[in-house]
Amino acid sequence: MAKVKFQTLDETSASFWALVGLHVVLVALGLGAALYMEEHGHIVTGMNNQIVWGLPHVFAVFLIVSASGALNVASVSSVFNRLAYKPYARLSGILAIALLAGGLAVLVLDLGRPERLIVAILKHNFKSIFAWNIYLYTGFMAIVAAYLFAMMDRRASQNATLGKSIGWLAFAWRLILTTGTGSIFGFLIARELYDSAIMAPLFISASFLYGLAFTVLVLIMMSSETRAELMTEEMIGKFRGLLAIFALATLFLTIVQHVTRLYSSAHVDAEMFILRDGGIYTLMFWGGQILLGTLLPLGLLAARGFDSGRRGLTLTSMLFLAGGLAQMYVIIIGGQAFPLKIFPGYEVSSSFADGAIGRYIPTLPEALLGISGISIAMLLTAVALRLLPFLPQAAPEKA
Amino acid sequence: MAAVSLRRILLAALVVVGAALGLLKAEAADRTPVPQPVKPATAEKCVADTQFMRRNHMKMLLHQRDETMHEGIRTKQYSLANCVSCHAVKGADGKPVVYSDPKHFCRTCHSYAAVRIDCFECHASRPEEKAKAADASAGSRDAALSALSAHVAEMKR
Amino acid sequence: MSDGGNDMIAPDRRALLKSAVGLATTTIAPGVTLYAFGVAEVGAKPADQAVTSAKRWGLLIDINKCPPGCDKCVTACSEENGWKSSGHPETDAQWIRKVTLRDPRTGVKREAPAMCQHCASPPCVDVCPTGASFKRADGIVLVDKHICIGCRYCMMACPYKARSFVHEEHDDQKVEAPRGKGTVESCTFCVTRVDAGRIPACVEACAAKAGAAMTFGDLNDPASDVSKALASGASAQIRADLGLDPGVRYRNL
Repeated sequence: MAKVKFQTLDETSASFWALVGLHVVLVALGLGAALYMEEHGHIVTGMNNQIVWGLPHVFAVFLIVSASGALNVASVSSVFNRLAYKPYARLSGILAIALLAGGLAVLVLDLGRPERLIVAILKHNFKSIFAWNIYLYTGFMAIVAAYLFAMMDRRASQNATLGKSIGWLAFAWRLILTTGTGSIFGFLIARELYDSAIMAPLFISASFLYGLAFTVLVLIMMSSETRAELMTEEMIGKFRGLLAIFALATLFLTIVQHVTRLYSSAHVDAEMFILRDGGIYTLMFWGGQILLGTLLPLGLLAARGFDSGRRGLTLTSMLFLAGGLAQMYVIIIGGQAFPLKIFPGYEVSSSFADGAIGRYIPTLPEALLGISGISIAMLLTAVALRLLPFLPQAAPEKA
Repeated sequence: MAAVSLRRILLAALVVVGAALGLLKAEAADRTPVPQPVKPATAEKCVADTQFMRRNHMKMLLHQRDETMHEGIRTKQYSLANCVSCHAVKGADGKPVVYSDPKHFCRTCHSYAAVRIDCFECHASRPEEKAKAADASAGSRDAALSALSAHVAEMKR
Repeated sequence: MSDGGNDMIAPDRRALLKSAVGLATTTIAPGVTLYAFGVAEVGAKPADQAVTSAKRWGLLIDINKCPPGCDKCVTACSEENGWKSSGHPETDAQWIRKVTLRDPRTGVKREAPAMCQHCASPPCVDVCPTGASFKRADGIVLVDKHICIGCRYCMMACPYKARSFVHEEHDDQKVEAPRGKGTVESCTFCVTRVDAGRIPACVEACAAKAGAAMTFGDLNDPASDVSKALASGASAQIRADLGLDPGVRYRNL
């Protein structure tokens, strides 16, 4: 098979710079919002003592989960030896780092005391999955950087054992990272809608879906930038198939999660809150996650009449990502909105919103902060693509 | 010709900037005054001598706070509340000032050194009204004992 | 002015602290003894000694003695610790609150105070990434606000909704209860009072001005008020099924 050639992003169009400009503005707004929140306290956000994690966390977790999934294409090429994916391995790696950086930035900037980040680095409670995640996230960046080095450095890339070992390490690390992220919620015994072992596999499955969707979108955009086809017809077909499989897997795990909980009389009211009585959460679940984010794009992928090329892939990827955001919203915010059962069997009320559905109305600062995470990731990707040869050269139609 | 005039422009800019900095420096002396911390009227000296405190008060605070929080050691001599109560500076209304007032004892040096502290984001930066009655006698030893006896008196009330 | 370089400071400082603490102890000991004899309600701990697990602080609340509509415990706590309502109930801190319990079948309403349960296996302590949420040796669960980064994960983890986040700046803190923007806080069992041999403000207020529903004391001491009260009848922990072994127990729930 012909040796894969790579390129930096040299030719750029006006629309590329317009997009970069937009991201710069969004990042500036996000940083400004973070400063505003830190200056005045979280009273300026919609987060309160009932809904303690809001829109910034929705975006942050979404980006972190996508980051671990974005590495998938590289893992498939190294670990599973599918050479067809090799041209996209470098982009997959850098995108993973960029998405993780974006997610972490938002998470850190939302802290009540972000200037104490140094404390979080120096003092650790190793029983906390959060503390473990600090190592998992930074370790991921270091390992993927080493992985990229092994792929891109002239001498290192000739060492097949090195490439394979780092590839395996990165794959294992990425799975542990996503497990850790899902366990942030899965380990919480206090909340009915979290406390579950299925959170980890659900997040892993979701990461495959979101990560691939992001990778595909970047590849399509770069194809139009370089005015060349970076993906062969065959690759497009493979990506479509993978997206469908990942979406079905996520749907399956979601169904299992909800049906199992529905079966327990103790948790029926919590489940019906998500499925029927939750207002915005019910809308986000059925409308956002299931319909718009899973069934519609799956239908489009399956439909024979629908565009089976780049345009179809763009639309379905964006739908999957929108569904992913909705899924994160339902899990993170919906999960907090349902009241705790502190005195089971009783209807409770108090001055501290006991027994009441948590109210959450996002405000502009937190929305800007959350969105800026995506912009940070995209800006980092744009800079990286311009500096180093991450992008494959135009794919020949036939090898 | 272009190179020569560019060099001249750069030189001129340098002179202007230098002059501005010089002027600013002259003004800077008026902006943040050299600290003159007010010596507390109540005590002869602090828990340790001034030079030691200047160099090490931050280390003492860091060390003592862990002992207090995690082990419940609350010796009055090294209590932050005691520091605040001895070093309280009265404002125009005769009441001790809070940290946001530039006259606050800690502010005088910390503003000058441009070292931001966050102690008083949580800790009260002025003593409770009741505790002031305790600071009648001089000396750190006496201050500690009298603070304690004031506490006892308050309990018995 | 200089006295020999920074490396000389550390050993000197340790020696200074040791001798100073020794001096303070011998000076203050007479006062403390007077103190202990005079007003100890739960046995004052000498100020310079670390807490140990010999004591485990606990609380018994008898719901039957909790008058409906009474919130003396809440008022006492807020006065003692300096938190108050600012008109934003969703973001205002509440270290203790009165919960109205209504039996859905019979419609019977009762009230109970709810606060940090000071669990023996606190989930908030498990999840805190920096270790700011910690359990003291004597069972009191606290937030070390020096290292709290304000991530609010402990608030997600607490099954009793005991924790509050400080959403805005304050400059009117009580000396004994530091609290600040961007950190998490909750009931401390009035730890400074307890270390000084007194009882929490809520218990004192309930005993003095309301139904005397709350009994505080050392669960490890069979002769303490709370142990004797527990031994005299049935009581239960809330959400005992979670296996957290809270230090707070309720009677007649």
